[in-house]
Amino acid sequence: MLKFTEEHEWLKIEGDVATVGITEHAAGQLGDLVFVELPEAGASFAKGDSAATVESVKAASDVYCPLDGEIVEVNQAIVDDPSLVNSDPQGAAWFFKLKLADPSAANALLDEAAYKELVA
Amino acid sequence: MRQTWRPDLEDISHLKHTPLNALHLSLGARMVPFAGYDMPVQYPEGVLKEHLHTRAAAGLFDVSHMGQIVVRPKSGRIEDAALALEKLVPVDVLGLAEGRQRYGLFTNDEGGILDDLMITNLGDHLFLVVNAACKDADFEHLKKGLGDTCDVKMLDDRALVALQGPRAEAVLCELWADVASMRFMDVAEADLHDVSCIISRSGYTGEDGFEISIPVQSAVDVTQRLLEHPDVMPIGLGARDSLRLEAGLCLYGNDIDTGTTPVEAALEWAIQKSRRSGGDRSGGFPGAERILSEFANGAKRRRVGLKPEGRAPVRGGAKVFADAEGKMAVGTVTSGGFGPSVDGPVAMGYVDADQAGNGTKLYAEVRGKYLPLTVTAMPFVKQTYKR
Repeated sequence: MLKFTEEHEWLKIEGDVATVGITEHAAGQLGDLVFVELPEAGASFAKGDSAATVESVKAASDVYCPLDGEIVEVNQAIVDDPSLVNSDPQGAAWFFKLKLADPSAANALLDEAAYKELVA
Repeated sequence: MRQTWRPDLEDISHLKHTPLNALHLSLGARMVPFAGYDMPVQYPEGVLKEHLHTRAAAGLFDVSHMGQIVVRPKSGRIEDAALALEKLVPVDVLGLAEGRQRYGLFTNDEGGILDDLMITNLGDHLFLVVNAACKDADFEHLKKGLGDTCDVKMLDDRALVALQGPRAEAVLCELWADVASMRFMDVAEADLHDVSCIISRSGYTGEDGFEISIPVQSAVDVTQRLLEHPDVMPIGLGARDSLRLEAGLCLYGNDIDTGTTPVEAALEWAIQKSRRSGGDRSGGFPGAERILSEFANGAKRRRVGLKPEGRAPVRGGAKVFADAEGKMAVGTVTSGGFGPSVDGPVAMGYVDADQAGNGTKLYAEVRGKYLPLTVTAMPFVKQTYKR
């Protein structure tokens, strides 16, 4: 199941674990990224908490945790090479995997069609 | 995800346009409000590529939002205008030869900085370029300060573009004038395709380059001709900021303002010997007592370069500490970001004088962490001015 937030994160949900990243639209708006800071595995976040930071030459932006949950894995590849977020934001450049506190809460997020309408 | 810098939903209808506004839009620029103007922050290539292109070839910047002011002596003698301006700036204007340009500062009675500017001697008048956000105040300040001896006129009928980078000279020579004989800070009035322009060999990137003042009716034409050259790319405010930061140059309003003095700001080089204690025309500018005292005794704090150790940018506003626990505050970052040519974070800011020595290890607070940084001589990149 693929879901989106109004803050331009995507979630690929398998069971009770969501793989989270930022959308192609967001990556385009940010421009070339030069730095990514990810949370520690094991950290817990509430929906809306700042879970990661991405920086372009000119600005820092927060990436919010899209749902309540615990970080179970992070993607070191985008820390080593932030430009991956620009080249493959909805594939190889995922940010973290989140064990959802309440998987049913994902139903309230946007589906792909609704997100596309939002950024159109 | 949210970008903290974005002026969300700001009413932009009141913004002024430079003569090149439509050209920016046609080039696909992303526009932002800046100093009351609708300005390009970046073009489709993006800040990173624009920055690197400027250092590798040539970048073209619209800086028409800046104020261009003519100070013409009523007596007809340039010396009278120079001496009048010296009452407002701690700069040797009298010693500025015809066709030469010099960096300057307007100071206030407390020794703070009202604005920074470029001063040019064009023979029978002085030509000033001042910051956009300050230009109306500067104009009033000039009229009040030297209106009795000089006619002060804001040029609203000229655009200003900067062509910066190692290919700038070749591009200008190929397309138009013979600028190869000009040195850094030389200024010439020249016809570019029958358009009467003022060309200075200076800029705000640390690179060799030129600033070209163009009559407004020819601004689009001249700019388009420059952009047609394969070495030239349009550059927005985003890369302008990262370029000047790597070059160690101050941004007025960030790194210098009415609360900072020239000595605190490490701008002693902008105050020539003739205006310092013991000089021919020592003092005689606003705030001279404090500024000359700081020359003699040092200032309590100093603007320094700060090189973060890791990859994380340390941005303006970050607090600086002497220790990794954030107990002993010693200063603040005033500008910081990622330097594409340095390929790492760079910053500048003010620290207590006893922490200002090159090599001093300090810590900046970023998102609750204390990141190590080192006081470092600026510029962060080698200047390539043609002296």
